[in-house]
Amino acid sequence: MNRYPLWKNITVLIAVVLGLLYTLPNFFGEAPAVQVASVKSTHKVDAKLMAKVEDALKGASVTPQGIVLDLNSVRVRLADTDSQLKARDVIERALNPVAADATYSVALNLVSNSPNWLTGIHALPMYLGLDLRGGVHFLLQVDMQGALTKRLDSIGADLRSLMRDKNIRHGGIGREGQSVAIRFREAETREKARVVLADSQPDLLLVDAQDGADVKLVATLKPEAQKRIQEFAVKQNITTLHNRINELGVAEPVIQQQGADRIVVQLPGVQDTAKAKDILGRTATLEVRMVDDEASASPAVMEQAARGQPPPGTEYYVERGGRGLLLKRQVVLTGERLTDAQPGFDNQTHEAAVHLSLDSAGARIFKDLTRDNVGKRMAILLIEKGKGEVVTAPVIRTEIGGGRVQISGRMSTMEANDVALLLRAGSLAAPMEIIEERTIGPSLGADNIAKGFHSTLWGFSAISAFMIVYYVLFGTVSVVALSANLLFLVALLSLLQATLTLPGIAAIALTLGMAIDANVLINERVREELRNGSTPQAAITAGYERAWATILDSNVTTLIAGIALLIFGSGPIRGFAVVHCLGIMTSIFSSVVVSRAMVNLIYGRRRKLEALSIGQIWKPGLAAK
Amino acid sequence: MEFFRIRKDIPFMRHALVFNVISLITFLLAVFFLINKGLHFSIEFTGGTLLEVNYAQAPDLGKLRKQMEMDGFTDTQVQNFGSSRDVLIRVPLSKDAGTSKVGDRVMASLARVGSGGTADSAGAVAAPSLKRVEFVGPQVGKELASDGAMALLLVVCGIVLYLAMRFEWRFAISAIIANLHDVVIILGFFALFQWEFSLPVLAAVLAVLGYSVNESVVVFDRVRETFKKKRGLTTPQVLDHAITSTISRTIITHGCTQMMVTSMLIFGGPALHYFALALTIGILFGIYSSVLVASPLVMWMGVSREQFIQVKVEKQEAVV
Repeated sequence: MNRYPLWKNITVLIAVVLGLLYTLPNFFGEAPAVQVASVKSTHKVDAKLMAKVEDALKGASVTPQGIVLDLNSVRVRLADTDSQLKARDVIERALNPVAADATYSVALNLVSNSPNWLTGIHALPMYLGLDLRGGVHFLLQVDMQGALTKRLDSIGADLRSLMRDKNIRHGGIGREGQSVAIRFREAETREKARVVLADSQPDLLLVDAQDGADVKLVATLKPEAQKRIQEFAVKQNITTLHNRINELGVAEPVIQQQGADRIVVQLPGVQDTAKAKDILGRTATLEVRMVDDEASASPAVMEQAARGQPPPGTEYYVERGGRGLLLKRQVVLTGERLTDAQPGFDNQTHEAAVHLSLDSAGARIFKDLTRDNVGKRMAILLIEKGKGEVVTAPVIRTEIGGGRVQISGRMSTMEANDVALLLRAGSLAAPMEIIEERTIGPSLGADNIAKGFHSTLWGFSAISAFMIVYYVLFGTVSVVALSANLLFLVALLSLLQATLTLPGIAAIALTLGMAIDANVLINERVREELRNGSTPQAAITAGYERAWATILDSNVTTLIAGIALLIFGSGPIRGFAVVHCLGIMTSIFSSVVVSRAMVNLIYGRRRKLEALSIGQIWKPGLAAK
Repeated sequence: MEFFRIRKDIPFMRHALVFNVISLITFLLAVFFLINKGLHFSIEFTGGTLLEVNYAQAPDLGKLRKQMEMDGFTDTQVQNFGSSRDVLIRVPLSKDAGTSKVGDRVMASLARVGSGGTADSAGAVAAPSLKRVEFVGPQVGKELASDGAMALLLVVCGIVLYLAMRFEWRFAISAIIANLHDVVIILGFFALFQWEFSLPVLAAVLAVLGYSVNESVVVFDRVRETFKKKRGLTTPQVLDHAITSTISRTIITHGCTQMMVTSMLIFGGPALHYFALALTIGILFGIYSSVLVASPLVMWMGVSREQFIQVKVEKQEAVV
C-alpha cells in the first residue's frame, strides 16, 4: 500500500551516502602546514622545487607528514605548530638565501586532515569566510576617470609630436576635462589635421568647435575605446595586485573583480593591515638606461662596484643570470611611455621575443637614443620597492623607430611570456582607492564559529525534543529527516566550496527552524485524516499528498525572498542568501521524500494496521482517551 | 499529546474589524517612530570606521572618550560590546577622517590613554588588542541602501505574481499587504529602541517576509480547498474553518522556528543579536498578521466561492 518503488528507496540511500561522504571532511579538522609559492613568475613551482623542499627538511631533521604539489604551490603538512614554525624557517633559508630578494614566498597555512581518498573525490571541508577564520578584506575602487585622463594626457603628447612630424601648425594642444582640444589659426589647417588624425588615431571622435577667433578640433575617446581602456585598467590592476600580494606570503589570497570597476582582495590570516595596504598601494616602474660598457669591461672596477663603490655617475645592478652591470644614472625612458608588452617571436630568427609598444613621445626618444648609440648596450630595469632588477640588457644593432621595440635573445618562450607580463604588470593602470576594509582577528573568528555552532546545536535539540514528545514515532521520523536536511546542506556547501560566513551559519540554523514546517504540516494533516475516520494507511497517503501542494507553495515564496537576496546582496547578505536558498531545496527533498521513505519502511508492509504512533488524537465529541 | 482541542470553528471573522483596527494602530505607530526617530543605520550603510577592541581589564569608557576627543575625533561612539572588556568604537565619515587610515589613528589614540591616564580607581589602562576593524567608504553605503530597496521590491513583486498565479489576485494583494505591514512594524521596533540596523538585519527582514507569506499560503490553501469541498458556507465561515483547522500547525511551526531563533539570541553573541531580534519580532507578528490581517482583507475584497469553481455556462440552443 504505502510502498516506495525500489528506485526511490535507492535514490534516498544514495543521497544519504553522498551526503555523509561530502560532510565527512569537516570532521577531520585541519593540520598546520607550510605553503611554498613562487613570487617571481619566472620561477615555476614544479617537482624540482618539491625535491628541494624535501631535502631541506631532511637536512634539518624535520619529518613532514606529507608533501603535496598542486597547481601553483607546494604544501608540507606537519604534526604540530612547533615543527611548522621550524619547517618554515628551514625552507625559507634553503629557498631564499638572500632575504631581501625572495624568490619564493613561504607562508604558514592550514590544510585539511582528511584522508587522501576523500580529497581525491573533491570532498573538502567547507570554505570558511574571513569572519570565521580571521584576516583582512579590502574592496578597492579603480578610478576609471583617472584611467581615462591618464590616457588622454598621453594622447595629448602623441598629438603634439604627430602635428610636428606632419608640419601642421597649431595654436596649442591641451586636455580640457574629458577631451583634448587642438587650436588652429584657420579652418584649412584644421581640415588637414583632421585627415591625419583620422588615420593615426582611430580611437578618437573629432568635433569642430569655435573659440573666439580660433577654430578648434575637440577630440574625445570613442565609447568603445573608453570601455576598452577601462576594462584593461581593471585587468592590469588585478595582475599587479597578484604580483604584489605574492610577496606578502599569504596562503590563499582571493583577488577578484566585482562589478565593473571594483576589486575584492581577501587575505586570510593576515593581521598587519598597515603592511598589506602599503604593498597594495605601491607603484612599480620600468626604466631604460644606458650601460656603462667601458667601466663594465674592467674587472677591477666591477669588483669594487660589487662591494658598493661604483664609479661616479653609475650604479651597480645584477643582471638576470647573475652577472653584474654598471648603469649610467641618467634615466632615458620610463614605463609611463610603455603602452603594451606582448610575447611573440622574432621575424627573422624565430627566437622568442617580447614586443613593446611605446607611445609617440616614447618612440621619438627611443629613436634618438638608438640612433646615437649603435653598438652600445642599453638596460631595461624593473624598479619595485625602490629596488631595481635588470630584466634584459641587449646590444643596440640599428636605429629603431616607430615605437615598436623588440627584446630578444637568450629567452625561452616561457621567459618571454613572463617578461611581457612583468612589464605590463609593473605598474597600476589607474589609481585605486580602498572603499571598504575589514580586519577580523583569529580569536574572533574561532569565537564566531563556536557561537554559530552552539546556536544551531541547542535550537536543533529543542526542536527535536519537542517533535519526539508531541508526535512520537512520526516526530522521530521528522527529526531524522531534519538531520538529513542538515547533512545534505553541509555536504552541498562543502561540495560547492561556497564561502561560509557567520550569517551563513545563522542561515543554516534558520533554515532548519523553517524546514520543520513541512513535517509539521504533514503530521498535522495525517492526524486530521485519522480524526475524520480514515484508516491509518489511507491517512498516511492522504496526509502526504495533501500537504505536498502546501509545502511547495510555501517554499516557493520563501525561495523568492532568498533569490532576491542573492541577486542584490553583497558581502554578509550573499553568504546568508546562498545557504538559505540551498537549504530550502534540500529541505523539500528531505522533509517529503526522505521522511516518506522512512514512514513507508515502518508502516508500508503492514496490511492490518490498527493505529499510527503519531501522538494522541483528540476527537471532538468523544472523551479524551 | 494534543494541544489544540477545538470543537467548533472559532469565529475569527466576527472580530475582523477589531483586528484590522489594532493592526492599523500598530502600523501607524511604527511609521510614526520611523519618521520621528529614524533608523539607527550601521556603518555598512552610513560609511565610517568601526573598531572592536579587547582590554585585559574593563576600561573606563569615559576616559577613552575623552582621549579620543583630545585626539581630534568628534562625534565618535564608544560603547561596550558583549562584555565590559570589549569595546566598540564608531567613527563617522568626515572629510579628513574619510580615509582608511582612521583605524590606525584610533588605535594610536587608545594606546595613549594608558600612558596619560592617572592611576585612579580604574587604574592605568593597558593598550587594547584589536579584534576587528571595518572601514566603509561613502560610495558603498548608498549602493547598499538602493540594493536593499531593490531586493525588497523584487520580493514583493515575485510573491504577488506567484500567488496571483497559484491562487487569485485578491489573495496575493492581501498577503503582501499583511506581510509588508510586518516589515514596517519590525522597522518601527528598530526605530523606537534605536537598535542597530545592519546588513544581517536586512537579510532577516527579507527572510521573514518570505516566511510569513508561507503562513498566509497555508491558510489560503485551506480556504481554496474548503470552497471547493463544502457547499453552503458563507465566506466568513469558510475563512473561520480554514484558520481553525490550520491554527495548530501555525502555532507549532512558529514555535519550532522561534526555538531556533531563541537559541541564536542566547548563544549567538552580539554579532547575531539584532539578527535574531528582528526574526523574533517578525515571527510573532507574522502569526498575527498572516492569520488575522490577511484573511479579513481577503474578505473585504470580496472573495467568493465562484472564483474557485469553474461555472459551467450552459449554452442555450437557438431555435430558428
